[in-house]
Amino acid sequence: MSRRKNNRAWLLVTPMVMVVAFSAIVPLMTVVNYSVQDILGPDMRVFVGVEWFRKVLRDPELHSAFLRQLLFSFVILAIQLPLGVGVSLLMPRQGWRASATLVVLALPLLIPWNVVGTMWQIFCRTDIGMAGAAMRGLGVSYNYTANSVDAWLTVVVMDVWHWTPLVALLCYSGLRAIPEPYYLAARIDGASPWAVFRYVQLPRLKNVLVIAVLLRFMDSFMIYTEPFVLTGGGPGNSTTFLSQFLTRLAVGQFDLGPAAAFSLIYFLFILFFCYVFRVIMMRPDEGQ
Amino acid sequence: MAEILLRAITHSYDVARGRRDRAASSAYALRDIDLRWRDGGAYALLGPSGCGKTTLLNLMSGLLRPTAGRVLFGDRDVTELDPRQRNIAQVFQFPVIYDAFTVFENLAFPLRNRGVKGRELEARVGRIAELLELADVLRQRAAELSPDQKQIVSLGRGLVRDDVAAILFDEPLTVIDPHRKWTLRRRLREIHRQFRHTLIYVTHDQTEALTFADEVVVMHEGRVLQQATPEVLFADPAHTYVGYFIGSPGMNVLPCDVDGDSAVIAGQRVPLPEDLAGRAAGRTGKLELGIRPEHLVLGPPAGGVPATVSFVEDHGRFRIVAARLGEHLIKIRLEGDAPVTGGDACRVGLLPERIRLYEDGRSLS
Repeated sequence: MSRRKNNRAWLLVTPMVMVVAFSAIVPLMTVVNYSVQDILGPDMRVFVGVEWFRKVLRDPELHSAFLRQLLFSFVILAIQLPLGVGVSLLMPRQGWRASATLVVLALPLLIPWNVVGTMWQIFCRTDIGMAGAAMRGLGVSYNYTANSVDAWLTVVVMDVWHWTPLVALLCYSGLRAIPEPYYLAARIDGASPWAVFRYVQLPRLKNVLVIAVLLRFMDSFMIYTEPFVLTGGGPGNSTTFLSQFLTRLAVGQFDLGPAAAFSLIYFLFILFFCYVFRVIMMRPDEGQ
Repeated sequence: MAEILLRAITHSYDVARGRRDRAASSAYALRDIDLRWRDGGAYALLGPSGCGKTTLLNLMSGLLRPTAGRVLFGDRDVTELDPRQRNIAQVFQFPVIYDAFTVFENLAFPLRNRGVKGRELEARVGRIAELLELADVLRQRAAELSPDQKQIVSLGRGLVRDDVAAILFDEPLTVIDPHRKWTLRRRLREIHRQFRHTLIYVTHDQTEALTFADEVVVMHEGRVLQQATPEVLFADPAHTYVGYFIGSPGMNVLPCDVDGDSAVIAGQRVPLPEDLAGRAAGRTGKLELGIRPEHLVLGPPAGGVPATVSFVEDHGRFRIVAARLGEHLIKIRLEGDAPVTGGDACRVGLLPERIRLYEDGRSLS
């Protein structure tokens, strides 16, 4: 009897397995396949073992792209998290103001990424862009196409504009889930606004903040479109982040083997970081 | 500490939200409440859900400001003060704890907010933990406690402030297991005996109210119907609603006329005590006769009104006999094991000194 039940279970699971296989496992295995072979032509391939991995890991250009990427992700997390929490605390809780704020906040999230890049590219141009021209008019020397610090600043500000609303919306939903009696009890206990934040709100935001950090880390670590449109990775290589480096490797130079090896390393790093972060954040919840 | 006075308190949530346009129509959570809570008393605030109990509690603790009326602690008018300045403790229906922190931090929180530090803080928290039997779990995270322990912790946050004017409980036993309720309630009584704080306990459960409190305030639809000891509430309900709400089953309330020295129910004459008959003479409102099931006698030695047994409910130690008297159904509490079955013709005697008369719901006694 149990055997028949098991068979039916397999049948029911099959569609999901197929979807996952075609959407994730097969492409991933293709990449694994490429990463250990040198593909010379449609019918000519040589097994090279871990050579591509070795090569990629020793590439100094990749090292600098990796460090640049890490720095970028940590900078935007350091800005977006506090800012998002702050914005969510200031958002109105009910009435039409709440709905209006939600819509306005959600707007940047709805804009296609290449459009975001284009918008900022124009916005910051020193000849016709509002921000660029205004800064120039004020006598600030600013040129994101020539100065790498300016380019960095522009990419960071653009990402903060684009993604802080996501953090804010997540935190807002977390705040709304705190039952009213917690605030009442805090008032009875004579808590200052800071104490309410520290003792009532922040602990209850922990879960959404974990989600926010994971999402923002993964997304920012894979950032591609916006800097590609805005700066094209320049000036020099100053805003060439990992995925752009990878694209150049795979599509520009057609080095499929190293590109595949690097993709795997990239993927495993993100997986590893998210896993470690989750374990650290969730640990105190499980018993003493 | 001082007594708490409520003077002509009226509250409307619509007005509080600035909707004066709607306020005129209805929607008053509380109307014309005048109450006096003696210092050190144990009170229960009893009434059905939605009668305004919690609103009244929140007005006393300062979480709400009344639409009209004053709140006084002794001769100090605190109507405009916030909870921090009023210094009142409140325990909510669901245990509110700061669950990311230890029990110690939870108990220390109200003290830290008042700038208590170092050794004094340790000592005060330690003393309260000892008293509430929380000393063993002080270093544990509060989230790991059982619901009744959490409720004790939230009570403890009130008690650590040694100068609290009163402790308000808003149905604190709702989420507690039935077998722990009794223990917790007894603990509250012990704490009351020891500290003599004024305790005000909101509940819709009459057993809880009657066993906890020295005096019970019965509320209905935003008004106070009666404030009295449990004995008086049982013997002399000031309002038919109180009679109905207190007691299990509640008081029998039967429409009646008064003719000379007797009440007439469904064509049957019931003799009344002289003074009660006198008070009822000449009344023009709707008259009702109230009598508790405990004060009815099935098959009295003499007199009584004829009725028909409708059904019998066995409650174990006693039975409740429902009998039809004209179109009214009356409930009689029957001790002993005399055989009674539905359909029997019977006589029902009313103990004259236990009969109460009501005009438009209000007692004539």
